[in-house]
Amino acid sequence: MSTEHGTTGASRSARWLRPLVQWINDWGGVVVDGIMAVGDFALFTWQAFGWLVTRLPRRETMLPNFYQVGVLSLPVVALTGTFIGMVLAVQSHFQFSQIGLETRLGAVINMSLVRELGPVLAATMLAGRVGGAMAAELGTMRVTEQIDALESMGAAPIHYLVVPRFLACIFLITTLTIMADFMGVVGAYFYSVFILGIDQHFYLYNSRAFVGGFDLFVGVFKSLFFGAAIAMISCHRGFHCTPGAEGVGRAATAAFVVSFVMILVLDLFLGILLDSVYFALWPGGTKLF
Amino acid sequence: MTSAPEMIDTLDDRQRDGRPLLELRDLHVRFGTQDVLRGINLRVQQGESIAIIGESGCGKTVLLKTIIGLIKPLWGQVFFDGRDLALLTNHELADLRTRFGFVFQNAALFDSMTICQNVAFPIRQHRQLSDGEVERAVLARLAEVGLPDSVVTQKPAELSGGMRKRVGLARASVLQPEVMLYDEPTTGLDPIVADVINELMMRARHRYSVTSVIVTHDMRTARKVADRVIMVYPLTRLEPNEKQIIFDGPPSALDRTEDRRVRQFVRGEAGERLMEMRAAARVAAAARAVNGVES
Repeated sequence: MSTEHGTTGASRSARWLRPLVQWINDWGGVVVDGIMAVGDFALFTWQAFGWLVTRLPRRETMLPNFYQVGVLSLPVVALTGTFIGMVLAVQSHFQFSQIGLETRLGAVINMSLVRELGPVLAATMLAGRVGGAMAAELGTMRVTEQIDALESMGAAPIHYLVVPRFLACIFLITTLTIMADFMGVVGAYFYSVFILGIDQHFYLYNSRAFVGGFDLFVGVFKSLFFGAAIAMISCHRGFHCTPGAEGVGRAATAAFVVSFVMILVLDLFLGILLDSVYFALWPGGTKLF
Repeated sequence: MTSAPEMIDTLDDRQRDGRPLLELRDLHVRFGTQDVLRGINLRVQQGESIAIIGESGCGKTVLLKTIIGLIKPLWGQVFFDGRDLALLTNHELADLRTRFGFVFQNAALFDSMTICQNVAFPIRQHRQLSDGEVERAVLARLAEVGLPDSVVTQKPAELSGGMRKRVGLARASVLQPEVMLYDEPTTGLDPIVADVINELMMRARHRYSVTSVIVTHDMRTARKVADRVIMVYPLTRLEPNEKQIIFDGPPSALDRTEDRRVRQFVRGEAGERLMEMRAAARVAAAARAVNGVES
């Protein structure tokens, strides 16, 4: 009798425990997978940096990547910059004109552009245009055994495929950021002065007074990290692509999404860091009003 | 005054010792939770031509990639020329790979490069030659596999499957390796082109005394090119204590073997697989019926 009771009790508790054990098991799996993915990415990045300091790729391997990342991205980044500059002028003009400070528009727009929008937009365009393409290209190479072929011929795939893309991204994202900043500033100036009729002299005077070299530096400095993140994330996704057309598509999408999220996360933390540096160097800061 | 003898392992020494050029010891390969290879032991002598046969998914390609270190075994060792691949540094492994030529199933040519750049790739990686010398070497290799000079400026996508395979062969052999590894070299080709590839493999072997390991399920290739055949069986169809290599012998012994599984593969008979498929379909139908009743 007591045995029967014991068995029933045990089976009841087993029934109750099973979902809990399953839940713990599932979450454990997620945590382990997460840790392994981070570790794998760290190792991948470490190997790429190892090659960077030991042996750089040949010129003929680098140039096509520089062309792809820099030259071919320039028009789209310039166009985006111009329109964002103009849109900012459109959106802020009404608010500023209400308090009679429309001549300060240049300061606000240019500050936003060089510190935030220029680098973030250039990086976003790069992640979309180049990051996705990199992941898809490397993913296809993985699926069609081209990466295995490289390795079988005694070449190091990370050295041959990742390092040139990494260098192209970090060197050229700065140029693209400066281009986005410049075109944004020009676009905002054109719209404010010629369409909205803001006084040209005061617009330029305020722009010069409030936007300094440090602001420009902040944007360009942040863009270096964005470029590095885009290159490493996209190449890593491509290298770890699952077989088939679906796998390649998923790698390209993941490369953009993860890069974009990482750009925003880096932007926040670098923004906080660089602000503290700014206030440490210039405790008073520059006041807009 | 005599100097200490140098410990250089020459080919003649190895032949005298009877030591293999390539040796796999108790090789286990696992992907995730799935075992693909278990307890593989294999010795390949210099100059031998081995065909590894077996049905799709039995681990033939994995075995080939493990030989060259593209896949790391869970445990077990791969020795090439007496050196354990697992103990080599990345640099040493890269150097060692120049002694191998790997012909991939779908050629694995680099899409972004021309045929000339593809075939020249190993030379540019490992030799310091002038552009003229590289071009001459590329043209010589392409001529050996019967391709005209006009293909050098073309991209891989512009060539037929058979031509791509021949370019793959030219690229793999451009550094005159000691061992050629072929992954399904004749799969997907018409019988004539397949025979051309067979002839090229035999020519490479006889002209340069290359050791060949050919993964194939084409019995004509196995019989024609190999002097030893090894059959690998899928682990999912084996008992835990059974060996995965179920046949190891000359091609002529394939027809005399008592093993039903080998005979079935060699003759291309579905055998009990059809009954298994029917049984699986019955089980699936029953499961659907039960689920239907429950819902």
